[in-house]
Amino acid sequence: MILSVASGKGGTGKTTVAVNLALSLEGSCSVQFLDCDVEEPNAHFFLKPRIHQSQPVFIPIPEIVEEKCTYCGKCAEVCAYNAIAVLKDNVLVFPELCHGCGGCSLLCPEQAIKEKGQRIGVMELGAANGLQFIHGKLDIGQAMSPPLIREVKKHMNSTRTIIIDAPPGTSCPVVESVKGSDVSLLVTEPTPFGLNDLRLAVETLRELKIPFGVILNRADIGDKQVQDYCLKENIPVLMTIPTDRNIAVAYSEGKTIIETQPAYKQKFLELFKKVQKLIK
Amino acid sequence: MKQLVVISGKGGTGKTIISACFATLAQKKVIADCDVDAANLYLLLHPEIQETHQFTGGMKARIEQENCTGCGECVNTCRFSAISEKGDGEVIIDPISCEGCGVCSYICPVEAIKMEHSIAGEWFVSQTKYGPFVHARLGIAEESSGKLVTEVRKKAKDIAEKEKLDLAIIDGPPGIGCPVIASLSGTDLALVVTEPSLSGIHDMERVIQMAHYFKTQTACCINKYDLNLQNSAQIESWCEKNSIPLVGKIPFDEEVTKSMVQGIPLTEYTNNSVSKEIKKMWQKLDKLIAREEIKK
Repeated sequence: MILSVASGKGGTGKTTVAVNLALSLEGSCSVQFLDCDVEEPNAHFFLKPRIHQSQPVFIPIPEIVEEKCTYCGKCAEVCAYNAIAVLKDNVLVFPELCHGCGGCSLLCPEQAIKEKGQRIGVMELGAANGLQFIHGKLDIGQAMSPPLIREVKKHMNSTRTIIIDAPPGTSCPVVESVKGSDVSLLVTEPTPFGLNDLRLAVETLRELKIPFGVILNRADIGDKQVQDYCLKENIPVLMTIPTDRNIAVAYSEGKTIIETQPAYKQKFLELFKKVQKLIK
Repeated sequence: MKQLVVISGKGGTGKTIISACFATLAQKKVIADCDVDAANLYLLLHPEIQETHQFTGGMKARIEQENCTGCGECVNTCRFSAISEKGDGEVIIDPISCEGCGVCSYICPVEAIKMEHSIAGEWFVSQTKYGPFVHARLGIAEESSGKLVTEVRKKAKDIAEKEKLDLAIIDGPPGIGCPVIASLSGTDLALVVTEPSLSGIHDMERVIQMAHYFKTQTACCINKYDLNLQNSAQIESWCEKNSIPLVGKIPFDEEVTKSMVQGIPLTEYTNNSVSKEIKKMWQKLDKLIAREEIKK
């Protein structure tokens, strides 16, 4: 089973829910944890995994074989991302714009383009107690996180319960992270910002045809609009977490909720039961 | 025109609340919401939309089924796993996975694949009581958010030039990837809003490194600094060590959420300690932005 934890708005508690759920489940089933927020991965602060493998991740970018190139301009013409410019006697490659589609090397009439790897980040694999842990870390200055997310997801172990911590937002990195999930949890807070971004996340998951439920964090702040929206849209609110300064302080120190308030373990296990029922 | 971008690395640290306050405090400025993924600033600025523009993102591939022979060339060539063959032999393209590279359309032996522009969102030019405002809405599950950010910033710049405004206030997205780089490149100053948690510190360090990689100067502020004084002290000394001006330490206060529920920028809602700290912070930033060294 693949369960992803997402939210339109940032800072609503995705990582908190994902790590506490993973730790609550560990023991009753084997869990694999994937932190797909590769721009700003944070789950390792809470799971404290021992990393036993670290591998750089590359995307293929073009390399021009000068002696074969006739400067015909075909590569620049086919590149949809303006990552190649052909001058009179020179070819310029802009790696930061390249998506690694391979079109230029495939379509070059002189076979004058090879591909070489451009490093975009690193993937780290580890373990925390019985839990398998993988995360990606995008290199500073790199723009494209989806290829790194794809690489992390290639290491999914389908014999385990897979929990994916997704990045905030609704665009390509989020879609890449949640795609293929059996079910998603959307973590939000009951404020106008929370509602606005929840709507967007709901539309995204509906587009991807992934069943989902909502978790309301800091449930007693703000207003009632998120609850009203969920009721109207027939979206199950699977768990509410009250505002609790102790939770916020524990979070700031890299501690989990179930570590500081063990009674929550039962609540996360109940959450998991409800989540399983959402899968058709 | 000078440009100030508000970023954070980590989401939910208070970028938008702070950007809205700056909108009420700054003179002669244009405001831009570059968090096109999950735009929230409009909820505080109540824009009157004057122009709506369609945003054409990249291209998407479409198969003309009547011409497709089902040879499978495209399935093997697509690096984004966007093309697959169904059980009955029909070849289909998943528009969500398609990155619009067009390689399939080039290699198809019977030219059955066409590339088409996709409408990937909308952007708006609005008026608010605080000044002109450019904002956008990215389509659901769309890519090209960086391109849409660039579009919004270009329009903001045009407006500033036309109306002789000397500042753009840009509310940026979370993270350090494509839309953040697009929001930040070429700005004069990035204000990084962080919070005193291990995650907040880690994400702040990464986003500041990213800003410096693109040669943008940074200033930092700690939101909810009193939630963990030890971590706040750590952020302060890190900033000092790295010569990054720490322009504000904002206390935690429930009034902030209340102002958001009311849809009013905090500085207009109340004059409490948070509001005063943000006003003080704005004065410092105003000086930093005006500084000779960062003049273009």
